[in-house]
Amino acid sequence: MCSICGCGEHKHHDHDHDHDHHHDHAHPHPHAPDQGRLLRIEQDILSENNRWAALNRKTFQEQATLALNLVSSPGSGKTTLLVKTIGMLKGKMPLAVVEGDQQTALDAQRIEATGIPAHQVNTGKGCHLDAHMVRHALETLPLGEGGVLFIENVGNLVCPAGFDLGEAAKVAVLSVTEGEDKPLKYPDMFRAASLMILNKIDLLPHLDFDVDACIGYAKRVHPNIGVIKLSARTGEGMEAWLAWIQAQQALLRVAG
Amino acid sequence: MHEMSLADGISRIIMAQAEEHGFSKVLTVRIEIGRLAHVDPDALAFCFGAVMKGTPAESAKLVIERADGLVWCLGCAEQVAINAWGDACPKCGSFDLKADGGDGMRILDLEVE
Repeated sequence: MCSICGCGEHKHHDHDHDHDHHHDHAHPHPHAPDQGRLLRIEQDILSENNRWAALNRKTFQEQATLALNLVSSPGSGKTTLLVKTIGMLKGKMPLAVVEGDQQTALDAQRIEATGIPAHQVNTGKGCHLDAHMVRHALETLPLGEGGVLFIENVGNLVCPAGFDLGEAAKVAVLSVTEGEDKPLKYPDMFRAASLMILNKIDLLPHLDFDVDACIGYAKRVHPNIGVIKLSARTGEGMEAWLAWIQAQQALLRVAG
Repeated sequence: MHEMSLADGISRIIMAQAEEHGFSKVLTVRIEIGRLAHVDPDALAFCFGAVMKGTPAESAKLVIERADGLVWCLGCAEQVAINAWGDACPKCGSFDLKADGGDGMRILDLEVE
């Protein structure tokens, strides 16, 4: 604790109103400990996850595998999108899937029914996949040279945003049955994602969802985010998504 | 609540430091969280208490310092601070911003004995 300004006593608080002061301070004075000795650490809290993520990324590069981390809220249609995507890409390149859910192997079973290797990770009470879990999944999951690994994260628009799994890109799937303001409500996720897929567009005639507003909000949070509108159910827009995957896979080879 | 994982990350760093520096008790853990980091400080403080039970940091005080959400504005080509992604550059109104230190979360130091 700081014995000079008492900052150790300072209780953190957070609030919505705008004002000029901020809660940190410049600390021109030395942090002299009262009783103990002070150990400077300066270490990223996510450093262990990031170490595993770097190892995964190296494995993906060595195998020329495009790893995509699919993130969304529950019920956006990620698994259906994956099943349809696999149906269209199967035979063209090696594919594999890591499925993350709190419980059940239901999603992995849906993927395995397509004939593609899948590994289910049950996070239990956990709300996101971390790089270490993916590392273990890779022990049993065959990655084919020049293929794609889809990592379907736990349905959650908050927690998975901060955890690098070693993926080439995060893909945020947002269905039009959700609110168009989701990118503003959950900015961290849309900031972290390279691509936003607007799914279930076949339902647009029945909804008040404002597509242009949604894309505008996403671009406000992340001006460079890519956007693809599709319906996994009807197949509309799927070609653009497959072209994006193939372009990313090609980029990987150039970069590698 | 991914703050539990983050608290666990803090715990692992402290345990590694305890082994390296040979301390048995942590009095204070001081961390810095940028305004744009993926973490809720109150939730992290709650999880910290739960995760540190049975460790040298069991009774440690957690001090959370907030760092400004520093970004690099491509519109005015300088560093500015925002409160959240989706905020515009306060100087030129551009949304074309890149994180420039405002999304970090670090353990700064430990006071130990």
